[in-house]
This record gives sequence, structure tokens and C-alpha cells, in this order.
Amino acid sequence: MTQLYIIGGYLSLLLILGLFASRLFRGTSKDYMLASHSIGPFLLLMSLFGTTMTAFALVGSTGEAFKEGIGVYGMLASSSGIIHSLCFFVLGVKLWSFGHKYGYRTQIQYFRDRFESDKIGLLLFPVLVGLVIPYLLIGVMAAGGVINGVTQGRVVEGQVTNATFEEGTFPEFIEQGENGFAVDGSKGGVPRQLASLVICGVVLIYVFFGGMRGTAWANAFQTIVFMILGLVAFVVIATKLGGQESLLANLQEVASHVSHEKITRVNIPKLQFFTYLLVPLSVGMFPHLFQHWLTARSASSFKLPVVAHPVFIMIVWVPCVLIGIWATSDLIQVPPPVKANPNILLPFMVKKLAGPVLGGFLTAGILAAIMSSLDSQFLCIGTMFSTDMVTHYAGEDRFTDRQLVLITRVFIVAIVALTYVFSLFEPRAVFTLGVWCFSGFASLFPLVFASLYWRRMTKAGAYASVLAAICTWAYLFNESGFASNREYRLDLRLGGETYHMMPVVGMFAASLIALVVVSLISKPPSKETLAKFFPVSE
Amino acid sequence: MPRSLCVLVLVLIILHQDNWFWTDDRLIMGFMPIGLFYHACISIAAAAVWWWATKNCWPNDLERASESEGPSS
Repeated sequence: MTQLYIIGGYLSLLLILGLFASRLFRGTSKDYMLASHSIGPFLLLMSLFGTTMTAFALVGSTGEAFKEGIGVYGMLASSSGIIHSLCFFVLGVKLWSFGHKYGYRTQIQYFRDRFESDKIGLLLFPVLVGLVIPYLLIGVMAAGGVINGVTQGRVVEGQVTNATFEEGTFPEFIEQGENGFAVDGSKGGVPRQLASLVICGVVLIYVFFGGMRGTAWANAFQTIVFMILGLVAFVVIATKLGGQESLLANLQEVASHVSHEKITRVNIPKLQFFTYLLVPLSVGMFPHLFQHWLTARSASSFKLPVVAHPVFIMIVWVPCVLIGIWATSDLIQVPPPVKANPNILLPFMVKKLAGPVLGGFLTAGILAAIMSSLDSQFLCIGTMFSTDMVTHYAGEDRFTDRQLVLITRVFIVAIVALTYVFSLFEPRAVFTLGVWCFSGFASLFPLVFASLYWRRMTKAGAYASVLAAICTWAYLFNESGFASNREYRLDLRLGGETYHMMPVVGMFAASLIALVVVSLISKPPSKETLAKFFPVSE
Repeated sequence: MPRSLCVLVLVLIILHQDNWFWTDDRLIMGFMPIGLFYHACISIAAAAVWWWATKNCWPNDLERASESEGPSS
């Protein structure tokens, strides 16, 4: 119960922060959606980093390292350190300058202008919202799993002991699971469905009151919380597992119990590892990151995030990966339900090895990482709806600023409700679902990159690229059983050998080829558009 | 993007595919698997490259253009 009080206290603190930010709200939709372009370097770094580090980074990386070993760091952390900053540098600054110059609030506004096409918005809007939903789902699912994991009791011979809540406290349909209370039910913890609902509610409230300013502040605060508590968790877990006197001795003791296959990459095909490099390109097309880029006070505000982002990733991921491989050692018995569901490995380790007070704080840290992404995603989908659909088609003067903020909020609630309903179905591995979501966005990378750097890119090329990307994504996602097949890969057969590649390769190639071929055979953009986006000095 | 920065990013990407440490199970300082240590160093090297890029390749013209024209809304 102590952990629950601490988690409750942390959530209350976030609500207070959101309410405080609302006191600075200037009442305009521009302030609500973009914090009036007032975000400086430090806050931009913390909000960009907090937004990109989601449940995927903490819960997903620990669980995946438990299954695959240290290779997970190279597949997504060190590659992200290179590629994310590259995207901030080559896309973020340039898009910020166009946004600042032409008053854009969303990606779609930019693409409509760049491709001289109103209807590109109708194509992109459902695609972008549709890809954000799995991303939201990762956070909502993980939040429920984490809170349930740290509050549930111990299962001994089919009986739950030391439970936070007695059986029968909650309605049967959320407490029992498919096979009973002690098997896949809530096991005496807060049922995951209820926990997910509370987290959605808290994030919705502080996003509603604080808008982008509140979101940026909450992100900065939560990023500091999860980085510090993540390191604390690392030290505590090493100390408890090692049982030696010094931290170094503990680290050495634990490492000596990890198997060869977990401290190497013997089970990871080299080509598959290489093709993971395409996945982090997704940040170039994340609509919530685009919105964060536009909040920057100046282009110089990007310098700190560009430089510090790789190091921040390392600070968060290295401890998570090490905790994941330590869990495979014989120093800790990981029960079969946890082995089967890697999403709950981190909360299991925290609960097992930290006391209730520290466990509560560490859980708050994990939730901080999850919520610091959910908030930006909530806000961006509302902004896209009000800007790209409502204002665009109903006209600038049809609604007042306050009405627009209300419309934004209503749409956010609708999407969150939809995501929450999806989260009630059979949970997927956070890591696997995350990779599918990022792969979809990565396959749209050629669209944004070529739009900024290739004068010859045309409207028809843009349509072809988006359609090719989303059709291949939908086909491959379906082939993988909607992420239920964790091992789904594309096979390349050469010289009698079979090489495994990530599905993102197929999507990215389809999108790129369609873009180049169709652009070359279709009518080039007008001189006015080229003058607007490719000034002579460039 | 300047050619020197393109080269540095390409070098990072090549170094990222460390086939030479694939099956190496040595532990640095007795606890850090060498493959993980190497990739942590890649993260630091990436930060160094981006620091260099912000000093030498920053698109100041974009900032000046935005400041001179100002926001349109």
C-alpha cells in the first residue's frame, strides 16, 4: 500500500504542476498549442528527450534485453543517438524556420503548402493519427502493467499472499483475467485496466489545463525524475543482487553470473541489426516532435538537444539493458508469468529488490517516462484535428480561440478513449509494438526529407510515397499477426543463404522508390513554391 | 549538410556495425560487456560529432532569415 500512496502523491504533484502552468496560459490557441514559441534550450532538450523516451525505453528495453541480451542497446539506443540528433539537425531546424516564417502549427500545414495540395492533408491526417494510436497504446498498456506489477501480491501454490487489495475489491471482469485471479488476474494489485484509466485521466487533466507550456514543464520535471530514479534503481538492484560491499564489486559479481549469449549478440543476425538503423528515422515524422520543434524560441535552442540527446539516451538505456541481462542470471528467480510477459520485468525487479518506499519512488520514475510521452502525443493529435481539419475546412473566423481549444480537448478525449479500449484487449510486447509504430513513421521519412532538400519532389510523388508506405506497413503488420509474432522478419535469400531484415526495410524502400519515380515523371512544383521553400541563397 | 559532417556521420554508422565484437564476451572493468561498452562509446562519439557540427556547420542563415522576416502569425 505504501507504493500506492507514493504513486498517488506523484500523480497529485503533476496535477498541481499542470494547474500552475495554466495560470500562465495566455488564453490563445497559439499559446495552448505552441507555448507562444517561448521554449529555450534546456526546456527544449528535456521535453524532446522526455517525449522520445517512452515506456519503450525503460519497460521495453529491460524486457527485450532479458530476451535478446545486450544487442538491444545497439539496435535502438546508440543508433538513436546518431539518427535522432541527425533528424533534429537536418529536419528540425529547417522546419522550425519555415514554421516560424509561415506560421505553421502542424506538419500537415507545411506539407499542404510545400506540395500545393489541399487533399494531401486528408491523406496524411488519418495516417499520422493512425500511427500515433499504437504509440499511445504502448504507454497506456505499460502504465497499467507497471502499476499492477508493483502492487500485486506474491503467488505461492496458486494462492495470492501479501496482496494490496483482497480478492473481490474490484469488479470481477477487471480482477479475474481469463484464467483466474492468481493466474492472469490482478493478483491483489490495482487492476491494469483501472491503472491505465487513472494514468490517462491524470495526463489528460494536466494537458488540458497547462497546454503545451504545462506539457513542456511536466516533461522536463518528469525527465529529471526518471533519469535520477533510473540510476537509483540501477544501484539498488545491483547492490541487492550482488550482496558485496562496494558498488563495483556488486556489478562484477552480478555480471559474472550472466550467460555468454546475453553479453554478446550471438542470437542477433548481423543484417537485422544493421537494418534497425532505419527505425530511429521515425523521429523525423513524429507529429508530436514537429510540434515540440515549433515551440523553440530560436534555431539556436536546438543546439543543446542535438548535442546532449545521445548522452541522455546512454544514461537511461545502459542501466536498463544491464538490469535486463542481470535478470537472466541465477541470482534471481524470475517466475514464468514474468518470463512470458517482458513488459512487467522491470516492475518485478523493482518490487522484488527495493523496499516499499524506494519501490514506490522507482515506480513513479517509470510512470514519469511513460507520461512524458503520452502528454505530447495527446496534445499533438488535438492540435492536428483543430488546425488541419476544423480551422482549415470551417475557416479561420468560424470559431473563437476558446472554442478551438475546446474542440482540441474533445478530440483528444475521443482518441484517448479509443486507445484505452484497444488496451483492454490482449496486451502486446511493448518493444515489438513500439518497433512497428516507429517503422511506420520511419517509412514516411523520405517524404519529409525530400520535401526539404529535393526541389524536384512533386505533389504526385508525395501521394505515391505516403500510399506506398502505409500500404506496405498495413500488409506487413497484418502478416505479423498485428505484432503478436515477435519474430516476424523479412527474409532476403542470396547465394543459398537467408538473411533476416526488419520489416521497416520493405516499407522504407517502397516509400522511397515511389517518391523518386513518381516525382521524376510528374509535373514539377511551381516557381512560387520553389522560391518559398528553396530561396536562392540556399 | 556540409560534406565533412556527412563523412563523420557515415563513419559513425560504419562503426556502429561492430561485427568485430559480435561474439566477444569480455567484461570491461569486470562488469560491462564489451559490446555494450563499445556502443556506449558510440553514443559519446555521436555527442562529440554533433557538438562539432553545432560549432562548425550550424545553419546560421536560417536563423537570420527567420529573425529578419519574423513570424507571420
